[in-house]
Amino acid sequence: MSEKVIYVKNLVKKFGSFVANDNLSFEVYSGEIFGFLGANGAGKTTAIRILSGLSKPTSGEVSIAGFDAYRQTEQIKKNIGYMCQKFSLYEDLTVKENIILYGGIYGMSKLLIKERMAGLLAKLHFQKDENRMISDLPLGLRQKLAFSVALLHEPKIVFLDEPTGGVDPITRRQFWETIYETSSRGITVFVTTHYMDEAEYCDRISIMSEGKIVALDTPENLKKQYNAASVEDVFIKIARP
Amino acid sequence: MKRFLGFVKKEFLHIFRDYRTLFILFGIPAAQILIFGYAVSTDIKNAGVAVLDVSHDEITQKLTDKIFSSGFFKRTETLLNYNDIDKAFKKGKTKAVIVYEDDFGKKLISEGKASLSIISDGSEPNTATLITNYTTSIVNDFSMEISGPGVKNLVKISPEVKMLYNPALKSHFMFVPGVITLILILICALMTSVTITREKEFGTMEVLLVSPLRPIQIILGKVMPYFFLSFVNVLMILMLSWLVFGLPVKGSIVLLLAECMLYILMSLTLGILISTVSKTMQQAIFISLIGLMLPTVLLSGFIYPIENMPKIYDYVSSVLPPRYFIVIIKNIMIKGTGFMYIWKETLILTVMTLVFIGLSVRNFKIRLE
Repeated sequence: MSEKVIYVKNLVKKFGSFVANDNLSFEVYSGEIFGFLGANGAGKTTAIRILSGLSKPTSGEVSIAGFDAYRQTEQIKKNIGYMCQKFSLYEDLTVKENIILYGGIYGMSKLLIKERMAGLLAKLHFQKDENRMISDLPLGLRQKLAFSVALLHEPKIVFLDEPTGGVDPITRRQFWETIYETSSRGITVFVTTHYMDEAEYCDRISIMSEGKIVALDTPENLKKQYNAASVEDVFIKIARP
Repeated sequence: MKRFLGFVKKEFLHIFRDYRTLFILFGIPAAQILIFGYAVSTDIKNAGVAVLDVSHDEITQKLTDKIFSSGFFKRTETLLNYNDIDKAFKKGKTKAVIVYEDDFGKKLISEGKASLSIISDGSEPNTATLITNYTTSIVNDFSMEISGPGVKNLVKISPEVKMLYNPALKSHFMFVPGVITLILILICALMTSVTITREKEFGTMEVLLVSPLRPIQIILGKVMPYFFLSFVNVLMILMLSWLVFGLPVKGSIVLLLAECMLYILMSLTLGILISTVSKTMQQAIFISLIGLMLPTVLLSGFIYPIENMPKIYDYVSSVLPPRYFIVIIKNIMIKGTGFMYIWKETLILTVMTLVFIGLSVRNFKIRLE
């Protein structure tokens, strides 16, 4: 089995008396596409904030890319990428400026930024557009670019928080091809989504409900276990018992 | 550090790329200064004045010359009898008429007193008062000049009110400090609160927070360009009021600039505080405009003196930072006083800044949790 890049054991996060994450335990391996599902308010966001070093667990063991979530949040932040639903690029900056900005924030040298930028633009067939404003780009392109920018510093794990919200099916499909390509390079993709058909594309999925992980397995196994035709059915069976 | 500089550069790009931001930063202050200085100006210049001189002697001639050589008035016509006064006003160009009594010169020499009346157009009360005041002042001047030891009480007219610290009665001397106060707090608080809530709204804030940049670096990086530009703004306003209105800074310019920096800092922290309590840009704009502009204009002593307000407004205004800055800036610019006289206000502003920083940090932490 490959390296564990996310290791969570008995994670508990409380806000006062409210338990947002109740004893979570799971592992994610390098190069894996891990789907993190759950209804709104199930505790997904809280868990992601802890995994990305934004907030600290109340108790339990959490290690991300080999770094401890209590003490080494700085190291964690350097080793993860993040992209959210809103694409996280500045609309009033050009493609190039956005890339330079993010490279700089992650402490990359000018030379390295230049080198990676050239590679990135070539891969997206984007060389001609490097001086275009983000606001001039179609949604699908922006999304691909945002994903590439999130990978610019070559993180071990990339968190995608509902990355395909509001995007048409064809673009979504293309985006998932990029995700596959990324995982084949050994980068772990940790993705939350509300689209159940996307959950089928994941290597493994976990489903959260009321702060607990209630199911965790490959989509195939879950479908068998719950005797369901699709992940959507599994989800509905779990969410409404 | 390098990370931080890249981030600051990006913030400058945001500002320079958005012409609306630039306009708010530099266009509005310049316009405000010019509007308040000129349009709202309560100075008079070339006001039409007519003369009815039935006495027509050497002294009245001299006094009339003196009045018109002051530059405030323009002679519209010379009237011959009392019936012409009404006509002159109706033509519209004449705002006031100076009427000498019969045998003005003769009476002055024999009795030591003479009188003239200044009849002004009451339909424009503001101008009327000013013309009356100006003329009175000139007449008094004149009586001093020609007064030998024996001549007292040359003319019987109400005594003029001389304005201390503003002998020329220039109204923009009063407006410029007020405008600086208003503009700085508005722009700094508005701009910072908007720029931070914009990141929240566009979702880029999450990305920044997840990045290795520390929250304090994010906030400083966003605020620093505005600190710099606001300071440039102060310099611009001072230059503009000096070049256009000839307004000098009587006190120490270093002290003035230092106090401006403190005030800018206070306004920026206020902006950060506003951004921690507002979720959208609209909310931030609303709070900044309604919450800051109206109280500053109405209650800070910018236009209406605090002494004349009911006690309750006095209390309300005592929590407004502009109230203290107006005192500071007026003292330095117009009276030329030193730090000794404004340390209290400075201390209050410093404490306010610290409180705003404290509250912002607290709110920010709650949000992160």
